[in-house]
Amino acid sequence: MATKEPIHDPRMIDPKTGEYAVIAPGQTFTSVTELISRIVLTDNTPLGWFFGLAFAGSVAMLLVVGVTWLFLKGVGIWGVTIPGAWGFAIINFVWWIGIGHAGTLISAILLLFKQGWRNSINRFAEAMTLFAVVCAGTFPLIHVGRPWLAYWLFPYPNTMNVWPQFRSPLCWDVFAVSTYATISVVFWYIGLIPDLGTMRDRAKSPIAQYLYGIFSLGWRGSTRHWIRYETASLLLAGLSTPLVLSVHTVISFDFAVAALPGWHTTIFPPYFVAGAIYSGFAMVLTLAIPIRKFYHLESVITLRHLDNMAKVMLGTGLIVAYGYAMEVFMSFYYSASRWEYFMMWNRMFGPMGWGYWILILTNIAIPLTTLWSRKLRVNVTYLFILSLIVNTGMWFERFVIVVTSLYRDFLPSSWGTYKATRWDYMIYIGTMGLFTALFFLFIRFLPMIPMSELRMMLPGTKVSTEAVAEAGD
Amino acid sequence: MPVKEGIYGLLAEFDTPSELVKATIAARAAGYRRMECYTPYPVEEAAEALHFHKNYVSLLCLLGGILGFLTAFLMQTWISVWSYPLNIAGRPTYSWPAFMIPAYEWTILFAGLSTAFGMIALNGLPQVYHPPFNAPNFRNGATSDKFFLCIEATDPKFSASESRSLLESFKPTSVVEVDL
Repeated sequence: MATKEPIHDPRMIDPKTGEYAVIAPGQTFTSVTELISRIVLTDNTPLGWFFGLAFAGSVAMLLVVGVTWLFLKGVGIWGVTIPGAWGFAIINFVWWIGIGHAGTLISAILLLFKQGWRNSINRFAEAMTLFAVVCAGTFPLIHVGRPWLAYWLFPYPNTMNVWPQFRSPLCWDVFAVSTYATISVVFWYIGLIPDLGTMRDRAKSPIAQYLYGIFSLGWRGSTRHWIRYETASLLLAGLSTPLVLSVHTVISFDFAVAALPGWHTTIFPPYFVAGAIYSGFAMVLTLAIPIRKFYHLESVITLRHLDNMAKVMLGTGLIVAYGYAMEVFMSFYYSASRWEYFMMWNRMFGPMGWGYWILILTNIAIPLTTLWSRKLRVNVTYLFILSLIVNTGMWFERFVIVVTSLYRDFLPSSWGTYKATRWDYMIYIGTMGLFTALFFLFIRFLPMIPMSELRMMLPGTKVSTEAVAEAGD
Repeated sequence: MPVKEGIYGLLAEFDTPSELVKATIAARAAGYRRMECYTPYPVEEAAEALHFHKNYVSLLCLLGGILGFLTAFLMQTWISVWSYPLNIAGRPTYSWPAFMIPAYEWTILFAGLSTAFGMIALNGLPQVYHPPFNAPNFRNGATSDKFFLCIEATDPKFSASESRSLLESFKPTSVVEVDL
């Protein structure tokens, strides 16, 4: 068990490429299986896990309290008013969905691009997606005012003879987010099946054997099964790729379709998708860095992974920066509209201008100047702090888009302001507790790194061509 | 239930995928057809050695996608044009560009579900019981670090002694009989 960070181990650097190795040398089929399954099958649950779960669970109680009060009193307890009719609910919804996008990007797009390094991180990145979608999905459900009628969003035959309005972006959202949640669950579960088989075969307790046995569906590693399984994984990756790009596109339509300065731009879909991936990778780092430390997984989640994720953040961060620059350009010059001009001026220098400058500082100034340095990209502590900064920045991006476009509208006599109430904060912080608590349960009961995919990256994996040729003669 | 008699087959255990593939090719050359390899991760060469090339998962995916698109598009058209026409700022009731977005999502939804469930169904899963699980060494290795070749007793060429000596000629770690 590696107790120290193997940073200075020269074997961690691949001599051919000069890059950090994806998996530390010396790992075998047996050792990776043992390394990952022991975290789940141990009899000694670390004390830290109980403390972590208890803490996250207590924070999640805030959500329970906030939502209970909301259901009793109605959305009036929130800070939403006219003209600032959209507030924390949509900000948090977009923020959480965006975080989820990195999981799908890692599991689907990087699979299609044959980025082998993704294998170590895809399982928990996908779990992160699921839990982020759970938190995101909470907000549209609770904000509708009468949450017990939220199922009216779906087209279902009813005695009222009423149907949804399919020309509304909010209706598209229902289709996009529900599809995204379903496909993410399916993709994640399909990926888990072989590993659940491993867990069933290694578990000692009869209850664990029984449960893993049921959920592994009786997986036995038959070659014919594997081939169909691989086809299905590849197809699901191919389906998830356009899906993940469409989800944040559709969410950006919620804004872009409205004829409101600050929202009504064609740049929103690509800029939202890039921002989603940016914040998602930041969240993967926020989760991966403590987990690899706590569970001593430095040999399978290596500096190569952190370095690569930081590079993806740099790339998507630059796209986001381009988006911001383009918004300024369009408002001040290209649109030639005084409403657009005023909106941007107000966004930067109005009473809530501080939000804009926090956003520029945390999303652009700090990350995009420092991520160029390789030394900082493999500095674990720095990356962890940076990931928190970027997540803050991406939350402020949505805050700025939603609030500063709304609160000073076309007619100065109707100007207002937006001030979140304690219930807004409580529900938001509560979803973070829910997310963390779900994640704690996940790392305790399921293998957080896909063992079957990790085995494919070991040196002993390749079938030697001589063996095949010799046998064929 | 009928009493099961006899054996399911002979199971040879190997340490490396190369040995497994070599043995599979040779056993096929010796005329065996009803065979299966069990590996802890996908070994494509083993599938080639078994001459298993075609699978219908992609076809199911395509059919699911077409069905999803048609379902969503026709549903929206029917609702918006006939069942519940709404005048939204004077736009035509048949606003097909707007209908494309839910149709796109359901294409992916139906295709994804038919791929996943299709794969599980084609694999004959869930199937909690399967004879190789009876072999003493199978569960120690098939899902973690060992590679298995099973010649099944239903193969017309199968004979307990000859098949065993063939398997033993590949120098496996062990050859065991699998009970039904």
